[in-house]
Amino acid sequence: MRVVIAEDLFLLRDGLTRMLEAYGLEIAAAVDNGTDLLAAVAAEKPDVAIVDVRLPPTFTDEGIRAALAARREVPGLPVLVLSQYVEQLYARELLASGTGGIGYLLKDRVFDSAQFVDAVRRVADGGTAMDPEVIARLLARNTGDGSLAALSRRERDVIALMAEGRSNAAIAQRLVITERAVAKHTASIFLKLDLQPSDDDNRRVLAVLAYLGG
Amino acid sequence: MSEGPEGPRRPEGLGALAEYADWARGRLVVAGRGLALFGLALAGLVQLIVLLGLLSVPPILVATSLPHDPPRRTLALIAAVLGIVVWFTLVPLALLWMRSVTRLTRRLSSRWCAVPIAEPYLPRPWAHGGKAGPRRRLAWVMTDQATWRDLLWVTMNGLLGWILPLLPAGLLVLGVVGVIAPYAPLDVRLLAITGAVLATWGSPWLMRGYGVLARSVLAPTRRAELVLRVEQLAQTRTEAIDTGAAEIRRIERDLHDGAQARLVAMGMTLDAAGQIIDTNPDAARALLLEARDASVRALAELRDLVRGIHPPVLADRGLADAIKALALDSPMRIHVASDLYGRPSAPVESAAFFAVSELLANVSKHAEARQTWIDIRHTDDMLRIGVTDNGHGGADPARGSGLRGIERRLAAFDGVLAISSPLGGPTSVTMEIPCELSLPKTSSY
Repeated sequence: MRVVIAEDLFLLRDGLTRMLEAYGLEIAAAVDNGTDLLAAVAAEKPDVAIVDVRLPPTFTDEGIRAALAARREVPGLPVLVLSQYVEQLYARELLASGTGGIGYLLKDRVFDSAQFVDAVRRVADGGTAMDPEVIARLLARNTGDGSLAALSRRERDVIALMAEGRSNAAIAQRLVITERAVAKHTASIFLKLDLQPSDDDNRRVLAVLAYLGG
Repeated sequence: MSEGPEGPRRPEGLGALAEYADWARGRLVVAGRGLALFGLALAGLVQLIVLLGLLSVPPILVATSLPHDPPRRTLALIAAVLGIVVWFTLVPLALLWMRSVTRLTRRLSSRWCAVPIAEPYLPRPWAHGGKAGPRRRLAWVMTDQATWRDLLWVTMNGLLGWILPLLPAGLLVLGVVGVIAPYAPLDVRLLAITGAVLATWGSPWLMRGYGVLARSVLAPTRRAELVLRVEQLAQTRTEAIDTGAAEIRRIERDLHDGAQARLVAMGMTLDAAGQIIDTNPDAARALLLEARDASVRALAELRDLVRGIHPPVLADRGLADAIKALALDSPMRIHVASDLYGRPSAPVESAAFFAVSELLANVSKHAEARQTWIDIRHTDDMLRIGVTDNGHGGADPARGSGLRGIERRLAAFDGVLAISSPLGGPTSVTMEIPCELSLPKTSSY
C-alpha cells in the first residue's frame, strides 16, 4: 500500500513515516506543503494521502483545501486528514467531497499506532474514519431533541462506532460482543431511525452520518 | 414624523377625499405638536422666573433690611444664611430641574421636528465612586458649559422662540376666525385666511426650523463632544484592560490545574516505569499505557483551552464559518445567514464571535428556544449581527450579567447591543460594531 504524507512539522512527518513503514506501508512521498501534495498525488497515484490541516503558507485550513483539491483532481482519491482539533464543519465538507475514502482524525490518535494504521487501511479501501470526538458531538447534538432517544444505551454505543466507520467485526471486538449481536443491534437501529438498511459498510456509515448531521 | 411640506398628491377618483382628509389630519397633528412645544417654552419660562426669584430674594432681603432704621440685623443674618443655602443647594437643584425641560425638548425635536439632538451634559464625577455632596454637585452643574447653554435656550425660547411652533396653530385659529367673522374688513379676513393656508402648508418646515434653532443651542459643542468621548474611551479602556487581565488569570489557572498538572503526573509515571522495567516489565507496560492516556487527556484539555482563547476555525475561516461551526455543535437548530465578503480585523472578529457564543449560551440556558436565527451582515462600515430565538422572551440586560459582559466587550470597539425581548418571546438581539472588512484571501487551489 502506497502513501503520500503532507505534514509541515519535520518531527511528525518523520514519525509518521517510520510508524507506517514499520507496519509495512510504503511511503511514496512525504511533503511539507499543499502545492507539493497536489504534485505528489498526480505523480505517484498513491492508495491514500495523509494530510495535516495546518500547512504553509497560511497555516490555517490549507490542508483541508488541498485535500479537497486533490480529490477534485483525482476523483475518489482516499484522503485521511489529521488535525490538532476537529470541527464538524470540516468533517461535513470532507464527507461532501464524494463518496468514501475519507478520514478525519485528531493527531492524538497517532499515539495508538495499531488503531491508527487500521484507520489508514480502512480509508485506503474506500471506507470512512471519523474521529470519535466528531461523532460524540454529533450524537450529543441529536440526543437533545429526542431523535436518538428511542435507542437503547448499547445501540447508541453501536451507532457511535458505526459512524466512526468501523465494520461489524471491529464493533464486535470493541464492545466484546458477537458479530451476530452487532448485526441485530444495527438492524434495530436502522429500523428505529427509519433508514434504508445496506450490506455495504460504507454506504451504511454515510447514511448514519447524513442522518445525524441532518 | 418627517413628512416634507409638499401638498397632497393630485388625487383622482374615489380616494381623493380620503387623501385630503389624511393630509389635513397630519397637519392638525403638527399644529398640535407645535402647541405642545409652545407649552414647553412657557414651562421653561416659569422655571426661569422661579430660578431668578430664588437667586434674588435673599440679596434683596439683605439689601432692604440693613438700611432700615433701626437696622434689622437678625433678619439680614437669616436672609444671608438663607441665601447661602439657596445658592449652594437649591440653585443646582433648580438647574438640574431645568434640564428636564431641555431634555424633553431634545427628545421632541428628534421625534417631531426630525432634528435629533444629542445630550451635552458632563457625566457625574461621582459615577465611578465617591460621594455626591452638595459642593461637588454645585461644581459639577456650574462648570458644565451645557448648563449655561440650557439657560440661554430657556431664556431665548421663553422670550421669542415660542413663536415658531405656535405659528401653525395660531394662524389656523386666525384663519378660522377670518372665515366666520363677517364684521371684519374683507382684506383683513383674506390676509388671515392666506396666513392660515400658508402656515398649514408649511408647518413641517416651521417645525424643522424650530428644531434647527434648538439644536444650535442645545446640541453638545465640539468641546463637550470631546469631553464626553474622552470619558467614554477612558471607561471602555479600563473595562477592556480588566477583561483582558481576568482572561489571562483564567488561562493561567486552567494551565496550572490542567495540562501542567497532567504533565507532572506523566513524568512521574514514566519515571516509575523506567525504574521497574527490568524487574517487572508487565507493570511497566501498564504504566506506559497510563502515561499515554494522560498525554491524550492533556491534549484534550489544551484543545478546549485554545478553543476558549481563540477558536482555530475562527482564525482559519473567519466569523461566518466560525459561527456556523458553533451552530453545528449546538443542540438547538440554528440557522446562520451571512453576506460577509471579507473579514473584519482579528480583534473585532474575536469580540463578535464570543458575543454570539455567549448569546447562544444564554439562549440555551434561559430561553427554552427550539430554533435560533443568526444573521451576519456588513453595511455602511458597520458589522451587524442579529440573533433571534423563538423562546419565551423576558431577557433583561439589567439583570443578566452575561448581557452586560457582552455590552462591555463590544464597547471597546464602539460597538453597541440592542435587545428586544417581550414576555412570551421572541427575543431579538442586534449587535453593531463599526469596522472595515479586508478583502478575502484567494485560495491557491
